Amino acid sequence: MALLEVKNLDARFAVRGGDLTALRGISFSLDKGERLGLVGESGAGKSVAAFSILNLIAKPGYIAGGQILFEGRDLAAMSERELRGIRGNRIAMIFQDPMMTLNPVLTIGTQMVEAIQAHRKISKKEARAIALDRLQKVQIPSPEKRLDQYPHELSGGMRQRVIIAIALLLDPEIIIADEPTTALDVTIQAEIMDLLLNLCEQENVALMLITHDLGVVSQVTQRMLVMYSGRIIEQGPTREIINDAQHPYTQGLINALPQMGEPGDRLFQIPGAMPSLKNVPTGCPFHPRCHFATEQCKHSMPEYVRSGNVDVACFEVANLIEQEKQMQEAES
Amino acid sequence: MTSPLVSIRGLEKRFDLTGSLLEQISFEGGRFRRKQEAVHAINGVDLDVQRGEALCVVGESGCGKSTVARTVMGLLSPSGGEIHYDGQRIDNLDGKAALPYRRKMQMIFQNPYASLNPRMTIQQTLEEPIRFHHPDWSNIAVRDKIHEVMHSVGIDPDWGSRFGHEFSGGQRQRIAIARALAVDPEFIVADEPISALDVSIQAQVLNLLMDAQESRGLTYLFITHDLAVVEHFGTRVAVMYLGRVCELADTATLFATPRHPYTQALLSAIPKLEDDRPNHIRLQGEVPTPVNLPSGCVFHGRCPYANDRCRAEVPELIATDEGARVACHAVEEGRL
Repeated sequence: MALLEVKNLDARFAVRGGDLTALRGISFSLDKGERLGLVGESGAGKSVAAFSILNLIAKPGYIAGGQILFEGRDLAAMSERELRGIRGNRIAMIFQDPMMTLNPVLTIGTQMVEAIQAHRKISKKEARAIALDRLQKVQIPSPEKRLDQYPHELSGGMRQRVIIAIALLLDPEIIIADEPTTALDVTIQAEIMDLLLNLCEQENVALMLITHDLGVVSQVTQRMLVMYSGRIIEQGPTREIINDAQHPYTQGLINALPQMGEPGDRLFQIPGAMPSLKNVPTGCPFHPRCHFATEQCKHSMPEYVRSGNVDVACFEVANLIEQEKQMQEAES
Repeated sequence: MTSPLVSIRGLEKRFDLTGSLLEQISFEGGRFRRKQEAVHAINGVDLDVQRGEALCVVGESGCGKSTVARTVMGLLSPSGGEIHYDGQRIDNLDGKAALPYRRKMQMIFQNPYASLNPRMTIQQTLEEPIRFHHPDWSNIAVRDKIHEVMHSVGIDPDWGSRFGHEFSGGQRQRIAIARALAVDPEFIVADEPISALDVSIQAQVLNLLMDAQESRGLTYLFITHDLAVVEHFGTRVAVMYLGRVCELADTATLFATPRHPYTQALLSAIPKLEDDRPNHIRLQGEVPTPVNLPSGCVFHGRCPYANDRCRAEVPELIATDEGARVACHAVEEGRL
């Protein structure tokens, strides 16, 4: 059984003039110790997907349907009180901006002890020892000193290390990291990603990494999901998707990277932009930007088809697979 | 070689942290003391931008790359050094004398959500710089020009009556580019123009900037932290660290044979699609504060090759066999 299994998740935002659908039938699973990448551009719904796992989408957002099974129990149906026992304890989150998630008026030590004591009945001294141990694990220089420092006394990279240490405090099963290095410089980003990857391997923690950076996804994750306009359009092993993407959108995203083009040449570009939730196109949401779009794409939503180990929602890919099958049958 | 279009000589910029005289004075140990502190954002930068090229300045936050851009544009006045445009010194010109250069030099900013006036329509946004620099143009000439630039950046000229908030981030950046192009500049300073945009939109805007360069013969000073963009877009690259240029080379040379230890670390830190694991060069420590600059080479505290000379003596840019210029004692001495 998978550690986390999300089935047909729908999330909506209740606004004036009707509901906006932010997630449409999201299904994926995460095994123990597995690292999963969640890729997409702004507005694709990747953060909503991550937040809704812990039922953290703020009003007017709500989960409209589907299940989030964590060790067989449905998080979507759980009471707030039960959820609180899981948040930060069994499933931890790391956010983009470490300055927003650390309390500026409390020392690092106080915040860490508070987090431990919220879930475990142990003395302050014991909690402090755990906090110190985690700060050592994230390789912060002079960890004892950091316990008594305030967030503003640390650099951006060090703050993000503290955030990772806090996520590890209660030995979670899953860490959900939402763009954990986007606010950091490249050299610091490389160090933080390396650290996160090593820790997840050492402690056998599952990682759900939300990012827009395909390079980071290929370095860190084993499987990946690509989201577009609230839907997963492609999911499968990371290497397979990066090397041979099936969905036209994923292909476009990869080919639009400057490193894919010859220096000085025009880059491959996907025309247009991600639709807003207020006017999602009918049929396949990608069809207005797609080179392969047909009448069928404009009217009906493609189902998932399997190509290799990758699941893709695209009529064009489905047709190609069908043609290949017929050719093979004709040959034999 | 022809003379450079823009020439930066010994540029320095300090930002005072201590404020007025009264705030600087403190009473310690029975005596009054005056203490002055400053952020040393740029510490002696020499750069030439050749006509028709795209010179990219890269570096991490706090290295002074945006300060270079703003000082060149005259948005900040330098604390030392000179800036020449087409052979003419421009950093000491006053309002009226600087006017022709203000038209020839235009800037594109990082955040198109902040750089467009929310209370102006697109028409007004584009009209303002044209009317300012060409007060004698007729209404028809102004309108034609607006149509021309909107068309060239891929924004429908019929949308002129809309406001900035009605457009997506990529479209706003196109409008910001149209505003820069509206007065027919020769030289454009682009400060992280695509960093705030999504990947698929980044490609669109980069293509637009390259098209504009080709069709209008523009020269770019392009500020970015994204090395993949530099490799694709730049003619030459200057790598900055703590307010100094540590390496300056043709793009192909820099990416093929980076010489400065910082450039090597920076290049190794870009996550690549073909990587299965992060494999970057680990640097010791973090970037020091620009308030108290390290002695000698600003990079010595994090450099695996630093010796006593690096700690004491500031390295100058020295030409290498590959035609690059590197500020590193280890490279000069053949240790690296």
